[in-house]
Amino acid sequence: MKRIKHLLGEAAYYIFILVVMAFFGLPLLWLVLTPFNARATLAVEIPQPFTLDNFQQVLNNTFAVRALVQNNMIIAVGAMLGVTLIATLSAYALSRARVPGSSQLTYILILFSSVVTGTAAMVPIFLIIFNLGLIDTYLGVIVVFIGGLLPAAIFIMRDFVEGIPRSYEESALVAGAAPSRVFLDVALPLIRPGMMVIAIWSFVQAWGSFLIPFILLRSPERMPASIAVYSFYTEAGTPNITLVAAYSLLYAIPVVILYLFVNWRYGFRFFGGIKR
Amino acid sequence: MSGIQLDRLSKHFGSVAAVDEVTLQIQDGEFFALLGPSGCGKTTTLRMIAGLEKATAGTIKIGDRDVTTLAPRERDIAMVFQDYALYPHMNLLDNIGYPLKVRGIPRAELQQRVTEAAQSLGIDHLLNRRPAQLSGGQQQRAAVARAIVHHAQVFLFDEPLSNLDAKLRVEARGFLKHLQRQVGVTTVYVTHDQAEAMALADHIAIMEQGKVVQMGPPLEVYHRPRTTFVASFLGSPPMNLLRGQLDLAARQVRVNNAAISLEQFRGWDRLVEHAQQNVNVVMGIRPEHLTIAQHEIPQSLTGEVYAIQPLGAESLVIVQIKGEPVSVRLFTDDTPQFSGRVWLAPDLQRVFFYHPDGELIA
Repeated sequence: MKRIKHLLGEAAYYIFILVVMAFFGLPLLWLVLTPFNARATLAVEIPQPFTLDNFQQVLNNTFAVRALVQNNMIIAVGAMLGVTLIATLSAYALSRARVPGSSQLTYILILFSSVVTGTAAMVPIFLIIFNLGLIDTYLGVIVVFIGGLLPAAIFIMRDFVEGIPRSYEESALVAGAAPSRVFLDVALPLIRPGMMVIAIWSFVQAWGSFLIPFILLRSPERMPASIAVYSFYTEAGTPNITLVAAYSLLYAIPVVILYLFVNWRYGFRFFGGIKR
Repeated sequence: MSGIQLDRLSKHFGSVAAVDEVTLQIQDGEFFALLGPSGCGKTTTLRMIAGLEKATAGTIKIGDRDVTTLAPRERDIAMVFQDYALYPHMNLLDNIGYPLKVRGIPRAELQQRVTEAAQSLGIDHLLNRRPAQLSGGQQQRAAVARAIVHHAQVFLFDEPLSNLDAKLRVEARGFLKHLQRQVGVTTVYVTHDQAEAMALADHIAIMEQGKVVQMGPPLEVYHRPRTTFVASFLGSPPMNLLRGQLDLAARQVRVNNAAISLEQFRGWDRLVEHAQQNVNVVMGIRPEHLTIAQHEIPQSLTGEVYAIQPLGAESLVIVQIKGEPVSVRLFTDDTPQFSGRVWLAPDLQRVFFYHPDGELIA
């Protein structure tokens, strides 16, 4: 009796896991399979017949290709560099310098990153960017991304920097290094795994966003891929599923590559040197 | 090479005085230990010498130079941290050579000097390993190598052995003292382990609540603790402290209803001078200065045997006298055979009397 109960429990457990896996896995599977299918539906199907024509057609759409390789890259890389650089420096300062009220500032940061949501801020953001004369520029979009992502990035980075014992830097100071040198030789290499997390995260946020570039950009030649994907819709508004899928797969690849690269190059963490 | 002088050095964190007017003279080339419980201000004092904390008041001199306001890198010091702080992203060669690298020493000379320092500590075969690939003892040696490599004027040690296991700690104690004697560099060593301080230092300063309560050669401090705090901090087990009452007229002290005659007490004159009739006192006696017997002996206290701990060369007998444990050290090869009621007689040449507030009377 007990044994049967146990088996039933096991079974329920695996069924639950299967459902969860299907929930997350099937859309991914669809994304990988559909682009190679000549006639696709919204169901997950083995490509029949198998074809690369969809990619051919997508690559012939210069508007969509430019959106992906140029506009998206500029916006995402710009946001990534800005967020990572500023977040690292400010988090380091917040963690290491004895600034009165620095912990309150950190809590305000969490507040701003969670309470002021994107949609509610759209009108003021548009007005600010308009008054700055940055409407329909990459810079305007990048600045808004940096501003929006920084609070959370600084908060995450500060936590990360706090986790690094100060004695590393202190021992470098005593060894004779000037503070700037301590930062470059000792602090920066130790913070780097955290910087990589922020970099990937901000890249992905900017890469996949739709609303901000949609509002701030006007000219088709500056639109990112999230908007350009609508060029695979017919004029009646129905999507060409195979082309949308092919374009989406291309759209997803850089993020996957970036993740794999960072994981391979920096993803491992250093341990040791500090005895706990 | 040079001595260190601290003059009324203080550090306040808000309204708390972590270090309170500490004045110390550390001689050129000596091994000096700052000893005290956690939170007594010893590490803060060391960090002020290193320049990692700003002094609130007072001055620090290294040699003839007033370094009170100088940055750490201008003080010509080397420091070993409790957690070693070896840089995890560098191999041992770069770790040990870092002080040379920031001084702009050419790579070839750097390698040679690092190898020499590593050789003297027996870790020269590990130079291309990362800290994570080393054992605790090896990391500790690497941290020491990094401190000796640039021939600083002063070595600062912040509890460098507290993360090692007991066996390694005793071993490391030996090589630290040997090394310090070899290079002859003025060394300040912070520890909360009284055995370490006694074993290593030429002079120790014992700190309590930001103040130095006693300073001197280890054995002098051990044999004549100036306060009950020092008495209870030095020695393992520390000095037994028993509350009692002086009866000057009868020339005796009453401890737990036992009266011990002070005819033989070495400090009788001072006691008469500084204490009043029937005053409360604390009697201090080291575990090795008590005689234990299974039968009644004159001038003795009585209690019940609580536990017997054979330690090899010596044994400890813990006796409970009115609920208070009293340790007795016996230098015997056999396990002592005591049980039940026993009598303890203090060596009156070795007894101390303290005021209830802790100050030594005689």
